[in-house]
Amino acid sequence: MFNPVYIALIPLLPFFSFWLIGLAGRSLFPKYGSYAGTLVILVSFILSAFVAWQYFTIGSGGMTGAMHPQIIVFNYTWLQFSPSLSINMGIMLDSISVMMIVIVTFISLMVHIFSLGYMKGERNISNYYCFLSLFTFSMLGLVLSTNIFQIYIFWELVGISSFLLIGFYYEKPAAVAASKKAFIITRFADLGFLIGILILSYYTKTLDFQTLIRNASTPALSGDLIKSSFLGFSALSWGLVLVFAGGAGKSAMFPFHIWLPDAMEGPTPVSALIHAATMVVAGVYIVARLFPVYSMACPGALNVVACTGAFTSLFAAIIACTQTDIKRVLAYSTISQIGYMMFALGVSGYSGEPSLGFTASMFHLFTHANFKALLFLGAGAIIHYVHSNEMGNMGGLRKALPVTHITFLIACLAIAGIPPFSGFFSKEEILMAAWNANKLIYYVGLITAAITAFYIFRLYFNIFWHTTPPAHGNGNEATRDSHARKNKSGRELPVTMLIPLIILGILSVVAGFAPFGKLITANGTPLPMTFQPLFSIAPVLLAAAGIYTAYVLYGKENNLPQRAAAALNGFYRAAYKKFYIDEVYLFITKKVIFHSIGKPVAWFDRNIIDRNIDRTGESVSGLSFVIRKLQSGKVQDYAIYIVGGAVGILFLFLYITS
Amino acid sequence: MNNTELNRILIVSALLFFIGVYGFLTRRNMITMLMAVEIMLNSVTINFVAFNKYLYADKMDGLFFTIFIITIAAAEAAVAIAIIINLYRNFNSIDINDSATMKY
Repeated sequence: MFNPVYIALIPLLPFFSFWLIGLAGRSLFPKYGSYAGTLVILVSFILSAFVAWQYFTIGSGGMTGAMHPQIIVFNYTWLQFSPSLSINMGIMLDSISVMMIVIVTFISLMVHIFSLGYMKGERNISNYYCFLSLFTFSMLGLVLSTNIFQIYIFWELVGISSFLLIGFYYEKPAAVAASKKAFIITRFADLGFLIGILILSYYTKTLDFQTLIRNASTPALSGDLIKSSFLGFSALSWGLVLVFAGGAGKSAMFPFHIWLPDAMEGPTPVSALIHAATMVVAGVYIVARLFPVYSMACPGALNVVACTGAFTSLFAAIIACTQTDIKRVLAYSTISQIGYMMFALGVSGYSGEPSLGFTASMFHLFTHANFKALLFLGAGAIIHYVHSNEMGNMGGLRKALPVTHITFLIACLAIAGIPPFSGFFSKEEILMAAWNANKLIYYVGLITAAITAFYIFRLYFNIFWHTTPPAHGNGNEATRDSHARKNKSGRELPVTMLIPLIILGILSVVAGFAPFGKLITANGTPLPMTFQPLFSIAPVLLAAAGIYTAYVLYGKENNLPQRAAAALNGFYRAAYKKFYIDEVYLFITKKVIFHSIGKPVAWFDRNIIDRNIDRTGESVSGLSFVIRKLQSGKVQDYAIYIVGGAVGILFLFLYITS
Repeated sequence: MNNTELNRILIVSALLFFIGVYGFLTRRNMITMLMAVEIMLNSVTINFVAFNKYLYADKMDGLFFTIFIITIAAAEAAVAIAIIINLYRNFNSIDINDSATMKY
């Protein structure tokens, strides 16, 4: 039914273009590397759209068909360690992986097209497209994995390619620091992921997802997992929580979120790719992939997911209200929205009505990918025009950038959850799932929805209305005007940058009407998604209130924001400083780890271990200084030693034999 | 009966050998040292001949060995003299102590 060749081509085409552009791009076709990369992604996108169409219609008995099964398209034994243990490379199609390949290739295609205009004239444009291809390849490989070790391999590839892309402007110290920070923090979380993988696969005796899920979630087979415990929790809980910790690192959940805002040092289209489709949803994806184990075998681990997600969503939304760098606002908004997806998974059940959360989470992943990519690409267009990231240098851009303005507004309405834009539907489902499972998390989600509407419209009004810089902008009016004058003569933006904005804008409007309940559910059977207008009154009203507040504060120039900030003085400053999480990290690493652990260990190493090694070397060289006198260079001395030795041995033999 | 004759020959051979060792250790002239080495080899050949004659008179092995040793001695003398000539070219001397540069 499915032809493995063209499914395998979906991830392999970007891999191929990675090698092609990376090895030959700069020397053979420096001008056309970008076009080659874009073309390859386009083919990859068409293939994955075709696979999705086949999977959801023919593959499983029609749109309204009953089940969406997991299909292993092929499985190749890559490393055989023992008859029972091997690492495979394969492709698994199920509803979430099919959805993910479409999202990944689509967003990647949009980013590729946008970058044609945005990155025009950059020095290393071939390298840039080469890294983008690697990024797309690793994310596609990740979502199509058949076993947990394969996912780990691609997981690390995603990490390394994000490192390369964040540090793309490697002449800038800030970009280098940001890429290192992203890499180290996600690596640190990946340690948990690796240990979690080892625990799970050790107890279930397999790496394969299907077998692992069956073994872990069947009580008869998972005896060891439940029985063996450590610090009062079963091995299964530890494994799942550690896997989630790895996912939290990639998905920038609290307390691993600090790398994501700094990752804004990379080129803006890269931020769109990282935030919308690839890196940060990897964590959500791994939880969704292992979701049967979470929900059936270990609800405690699922609670951890829910609480972390809910806390992170609120926490990041509050910080987003105070940031002035537009990309940072968007970064915190991503963290907040990923938190939404996480707690939707956390409150979900496996089958029937309670499994709404799973569907809602995937739905939100889908809509969020659209509107967040749009927000970032719009921000890229604005930055391209203004040459600044600071809100203070913007204002009143609605006339200069009409297309960007409209599409950005659509994305803002979508993320704020205003009907009928896509974010509204997915957010409703998430809130409904939370309402059914856990009231506290529901209220956290509701408050977050209001704050989301506030900060995203604060961003919107500051960029497009608010004609003069607010107080945070440190008097850059002169530079702003000169930029504006310089750019006003030309067209708004290159057409390659407008096309993705328009496509994503249309999708952000209509994506909410996708029949997700029929397509993607936790156990493969369709879920009737009921839409209750009464239920959505509270979130929509709160979102509207958030928008109105933002309008009052930032719609025109006034001193209300400063007064509001002054009224909330301590809290505002704490949020502006991101609740000092970075400082806590610095304190722990510098003061605690470096100072009180690293320094004594270094002293011990230098003064005890090294000193002893040096002593050994010194005594050997002293001894050899003495005995080298034997090497006189005189042949007859050597002859005497030989004769003396022979005589000595002779006497020795005589002594022994007598 | 034969042993007394054999013993006498062996005494001569041992004396010859140690004369060679003494000469090798004390002479400074490399040609003389080469001659001392030849004396040692000759003492060994005397041993071979004597043992062959008195102990295994029906065999020829000792004699063959003698011929081999003489041949090897000739070859060795040729090599040694070539080395000595090269040393002479380098150091302008055939005194063994003048060429004591191969050391620490």
